[in-house]
Amino acid sequence: MADALLTLAGVHTHIGHYHILQGVDLAVPRGELTMLLGRNGAGKTTTLRTILGLWRASAGAIRFESEDITQRETPSIANLGIAYVPESMGIFAGLTVRENLVLAARSGPPEEKRLDWIFRFFPPLKKFWQLPAGLLSGGQKQMLAISRAIVEPRKLLLIDEPTKGLAPAIINNLIEAFAELKQTDTTILMVEQNFHAAKSLGDSVAVMDAGSIVHAGRMAELAADAALQARLLGLSLEAHQ
Amino acid sequence: MIMNLLSGDGPRSRILTALLVAIFFALALAPFLFPGTRPLDVAAKVCVFVLLVASYDLLLGYTGIVSFAHTMFFGIGGYGVAIAMSRLEAGWASVALGTAAALVLSLVLSFLIGLFSLRVKAIFFAMITLAVASFFAILASQLSDLTGGEDGITFKVPELLRPATRLLAEPFLGVAIGGRFVTYYLVFGASLLLFLALLRVVNSPFGRVLLAIRENDFRAEALGYRTVIYRTLANCLGALVATLAGVLYALWLRYTGPNTTLDFAIMIDILLMVVIGGMGTMYGAAIGATIFVVAQNYLQDAMKALSGAMQGVPLLPDLFHPDRWLLWLGVLFVLSVYYFPFGIVGQLRAKAKK
Amino acid sequence: MKPGIDWIPPALLLAIALGALAMIGNPSTWVTLTVAGLAMGLLIFIMSSGLTLVFGLMDVMNFAHGLFIAIGAYVAASTLKLLSAAAGSQSFLANLGAVLPAMLAAVLIAGLLGLAFERVIIKPVYGQHLKQILITTGGMIVAEQLIHVFWGPDLLPLPRPATLRGSFLIGDMAIEKFRLIAVIVGLAVFAAMLLLLNRTKIGLLIRAGVENKEMVEAMGYRIRRLFVGVFVAGSALAGLGGALWGMYQESVTVHIGANMMVLIFIVIIIGGLGSIGGCFAGAVLVGLVANYVGYLSPKIALGSNILLMVLVLLWRPQGLYPVSKQ
Repeated sequence: MADALLTLAGVHTHIGHYHILQGVDLAVPRGELTMLLGRNGAGKTTTLRTILGLWRASAGAIRFESEDITQRETPSIANLGIAYVPESMGIFAGLTVRENLVLAARSGPPEEKRLDWIFRFFPPLKKFWQLPAGLLSGGQKQMLAISRAIVEPRKLLLIDEPTKGLAPAIINNLIEAFAELKQTDTTILMVEQNFHAAKSLGDSVAVMDAGSIVHAGRMAELAADAALQARLLGLSLEAHQ
Repeated sequence: MIMNLLSGDGPRSRILTALLVAIFFALALAPFLFPGTRPLDVAAKVCVFVLLVASYDLLLGYTGIVSFAHTMFFGIGGYGVAIAMSRLEAGWASVALGTAAALVLSLVLSFLIGLFSLRVKAIFFAMITLAVASFFAILASQLSDLTGGEDGITFKVPELLRPATRLLAEPFLGVAIGGRFVTYYLVFGASLLLFLALLRVVNSPFGRVLLAIRENDFRAEALGYRTVIYRTLANCLGALVATLAGVLYALWLRYTGPNTTLDFAIMIDILLMVVIGGMGTMYGAAIGATIFVVAQNYLQDAMKALSGAMQGVPLLPDLFHPDRWLLWLGVLFVLSVYYFPFGIVGQLRAKAKK
Repeated sequence: MKPGIDWIPPALLLAIALGALAMIGNPSTWVTLTVAGLAMGLLIFIMSSGLTLVFGLMDVMNFAHGLFIAIGAYVAASTLKLLSAAAGSQSFLANLGAVLPAMLAAVLIAGLLGLAFERVIIKPVYGQHLKQILITTGGMIVAEQLIHVFWGPDLLPLPRPATLRGSFLIGDMAIEKFRLIAVIVGLAVFAAMLLLLNRTKIGLLIRAGVENKEMVEAMGYRIRRLFVGVFVAGSALAGLGGALWGMYQESVTVHIGANMMVLIFIVIIIGGLGSIGGCFAGAVLVGLVANYVGYLSPKIALGSNILLMVLVLLWRPQGLYPVSKQ
């Protein structure tokens, strides 16, 4: 197994009076797609936000490329080469599709080749290029959100429930896009409720419950073990096909 | 027994207790301790403003709402009584009618404001109340047939309260017992009662919910309290008490006008008093109002002396000019918000804990 | 959301202008009032544009914004007094030589004051709305008092230089020269802002930040550094507006800033908090309505703006051009 690009050790996060993350230990292997699964409210989104510094960890250590990023400010963490696709997508509705991508391309105007690649995955973005992003449908917004994260090469992508609320056809489209993305040298940490998508894309898997990791290992093993699936993820599993 | 009267919310600091007791006795015995029209005037104003500021503390300190419309309700009370007394026969029935009408108007307005704006962010609400208050002030000065415009309304009070009335032929303990005497004790008594009532409200279950909402309204909602309802109720209650304070003030001055009630400067004064005194304590209102009103009347003399002593030095005499007393109070206000969020009362209580 | 610009509010403005023409009857009076309305509206736009951006981007409501307006007016007055020779001259160029430095001084000093204000007073209370309201209100009180100390409590006259007085006469219609200048400056400011917001990276950041600060940070931008810049720009603009407003009124009092605040709040609420286009439309609307109503029905003129705000909010609760907030 590859070495860990990102590690969390004993991370706790408090939000107000609530103790959301209760000692999270996680290792995200380089070059792989790690799935973060778990029930609603287990703390998956909080984990991603804590990594990015949007919530401040109250205890524990987060290391990226062997650098301690636990107390760093969000922009500085992002500039280490981490892109974030939040659950709410974070699209700037008043900006055009083009402007959204220009903003995401930190080091200069987006490269032609990259844009062609993105348009190949997501043709609607080309159609709406000069139009306000607020006009896009839900699925198209998700395409834009993901495109922003890949408009430049990044070391790590943090993606929160990309298939949520989307039609099956679009989900398949996304799965294909991610599969191709995996061919490049990008490390991805993805939160997903859709086990079908998780199974297709995940190399490693970590399962969360009540603020900590209760299982970590290879996706292939989890996918083959129905009893383990039922125990960890409950009956909610098959319902998300 | 006293703790019962104070609804269990004691001063919790010896110095504070001493101060409050001193203020209480000074106000209770004012006609006897401070003979003369001006000191009694100051005392009456202190009573009214303690009540007015306490009603504002209910909003700001306990519920966490910043409203700039409080003077509007103060004015509604004053104008209600003034209009009734000047148009109808100058008796107690008219007082009752004017007060009742004012209370109803205040209730409706505060309810509407609450319902409309309390759903939105605090800042939005503050701006809206500013606009509403200024609209009301404009209305008051424009509808001069009804409100006397810029000049306000001077009116006759019920016979018992008139200065000319004599209850006792001979002065008692050196004080003439007449209309002014009675009016003063009406103002003092009513203010005291309403203040104690407010203490009761903030120490009741309702008051505790308000505090919970102020701390964290998400959590309060999650616990099942419809915050909009509680906020609106607090808003209405504060408005009603402010209205009554307005009625008392009008009865004392035998006059109501835009500059005694609706002026934005008064709103600023209230803010100063509640923050310097101590938000969310009720007693802060008493301390803040006393300091402010006394300073307003007597500090200026001290400043005049200071300014005079500094003649010849550039700028300094202007900084200490008696008209600039608001500057120093403003500085005190800003420092309080930063460093003493619970004002004088908070500081005293913190010291007492050590 | 519809593609392209929402033309309803401008159409509404046009309808109001035409309706007023019908009610006023006399075209030359209407032209005078319309120009006055536009001038007033654009001056208010200059003064309020900074505030709406500051609120939209930083979530900070500066109740002391009026202070920068007042400082601008007072600094302009002092500068003109200093350059009274140039200001009193009959030559247009000489007058410009007095007015432009006055405006420049107003902008610079208001901007510097804004910097100090943001670092000292606002920064400690980011995110704490209650404290912000209290502190900025307190700051306003202290500032007004300090103005008293430095400039005295009396009304300061601010006479316009000779060539900027009076009106152009076109047939029957009198168009006040200074009002025209106000309109030109206002339009220039609006154009400059639109250019900045739509054609530069900084403008992109500001527009994105108004919608979703967090996401902009998650993309690696230290948007907090922009805050100071936006605040300073907003204060500088307020200073410019104050200088022009002082010259418009030809007098300056301590409360010049505070008096505008209610109107400014109404404009930014009508326009939609955080929206420059909305602020522009709202300001023009308020200016026109104030002048038309002031002529047609003076009694309700003072309250008309608040009624206008209520009507607009009933129609579009988030303002004329709301910003989509996350």
